[in-house]
Amino acid sequence: MTAATPAVRQAKRGATPRSYRDMLAASTARTIRRRQTVSYVMVGLTCLAALIATLPLLFILTRLIQEGASSVSLNFFTKMPKPTGETGGGMANAIVGTGIIIFIASSIGLPVGIGAGLYLAEQRGGRLANIVRFLSDVLNGLPSIVLGIFGWQVLVRPFKHFSALSGGVALAAMMIPLVTRATEEMIRLVPVSMREAALALGYPRWRTSLSVILRTALPGIVTGALMAVARIAGETAPLIFTAFGNPFWSVSPTKPIAALPMQIYTYALSPYDDWHAQAWAGALVLIGLVLAISVAARAATRSRFGLGGD
Amino acid sequence: MSPDVSAPVAIAVESLDAYYGATRVVRDITFGVQTGQVTAMIGPSGCGKSTLLRCLNRMHETQPNARVEGEVRLEGVDIYAPNVSAIGVRRHIGMVFQRPTPFPTMSIRDNVAAGLKTLPRSERPGKSETNDIVERALRRTALWDEVKDRLNASAVAMSGGQQQRLCIARALATSPKVILLDEPTASLDPISTQRVEELVYELRSEVTVIIVTHNMQQAARMSDHTLFMLAGDMVEYAPTSQMFTAPKDTRTEAYITGRFG
Repeated sequence: MTAATPAVRQAKRGATPRSYRDMLAASTARTIRRRQTVSYVMVGLTCLAALIATLPLLFILTRLIQEGASSVSLNFFTKMPKPTGETGGGMANAIVGTGIIIFIASSIGLPVGIGAGLYLAEQRGGRLANIVRFLSDVLNGLPSIVLGIFGWQVLVRPFKHFSALSGGVALAAMMIPLVTRATEEMIRLVPVSMREAALALGYPRWRTSLSVILRTALPGIVTGALMAVARIAGETAPLIFTAFGNPFWSVSPTKPIAALPMQIYTYALSPYDDWHAQAWAGALVLIGLVLAISVAARAATRSRFGLGGD
Repeated sequence: MSPDVSAPVAIAVESLDAYYGATRVVRDITFGVQTGQVTAMIGPSGCGKSTLLRCLNRMHETQPNARVEGEVRLEGVDIYAPNVSAIGVRRHIGMVFQRPTPFPTMSIRDNVAAGLKTLPRSERPGKSETNDIVERALRRTALWDEVKDRLNASAVAMSGGQQQRLCIARALATSPKVILLDEPTASLDPISTQRVEELVYELRSEVTVIIVTHNMQQAARMSDHTLFMLAGDMVEYAPTSQMFTAPKDTRTEAYITGRFG
């Protein structure tokens, strides 16, 4: 920064400079002023962009709470859907159904995703590893409704009925790329020195990967897994063709099952006001579920041992 | 090429070549390390001393495109023989690295006992025996008094010097015949360095020690024999006192007097 010599002060005041040195000082002061202005403008713009980015979430949350909070009651969690006009109905079957579908999807998606992520992190640049990574990214980008059709083709059509299992499988296909990528990145964060230390102790390679590397990366992997679960908890399109929805109580994996997102969809499109209120409540509960999972994911990284997200 | 041919040899290296892909980084090295002695390997950066060290416990081959030719005999048995498993070799030849690497998900006790967990079931010690082994290893590395009250605490909540001593204790727990140290004090403060040097020097009564160091004074302080390497070749191998006072090779003399390094 230029010292505030008399020439600079003069130039900043806007007075006419006298010598070459004065002119230089003046132009420097002008440059500094211009740069500072540009800096303030850019900072302001980025702040504005950040605020705008949070607006959709804030709008949704406030609207949901306004419309749905009144309908969320104990009945909502414990009672079955009732025909329109009758009070005291709830979405118990949909809440339980979402839980069951998430459980089925996770039982497939988590082991496959973590295993694939481990393989990719160990192999790094191998030919098969590159192909798998690429295909995983492609799968990640597939529209969810295409996955629903896939689930229908494979698990609904041959058996001639909708089922919770097919919904779980379609959602598992969505989970796998997310868990794979999170696992691979977390394992890559484990320093090579740790692997070498384990090998030098006489650990076989598989044991190094499982007992040392995977265990060290576990908090981060758990975070990735929970984020994947939060993502699929709200998916509707894949379930339309597979789980199909069910107005009655059902926990069987081989029968159609209700799920919160689908129930919301059905109720929202109906002509009945009390069902609309229930749909708002369902949406609020769903967001609450996703939020709870995300918070749990952050809490999981505060582990005493190991590496994790920040 | 061993300084004193009558003394028992713990590790005998014969015509050892180490490759990364097509590049030969260790060239035709032959020497013998005596039992119960500390042998230092010195040389400028990139001369291949760490690679040579890693060949001694079959760690070099864990890297992609790495290859070893030649023989390394541990008490007469060639560790590169086709029927010898690398894992078995590494249980008998321990290694400590430059940066301390305690396992962060394990407690101090579990860290020290980590090497015992992979022993075959018939050789694996029971719980009380494991605790004894852990205590013995921690006493030898002068850590016992510092950590005996928090053996279940995380191993990362220790200073760098303590962590490195923990890594040495971990390597000692499996009762290896030889311990390899790859610049173990390079990332430590001077006081921790001194403690580690003392402890390593005391270990020679029970294990043979081979230490790679870029610090010549350290080699002069704590080793019985020194091996000087340059660009993959072994230039000189002599008792430390002799190498540092009357080196035979002019290159050794140039390195020791600091003309290059």
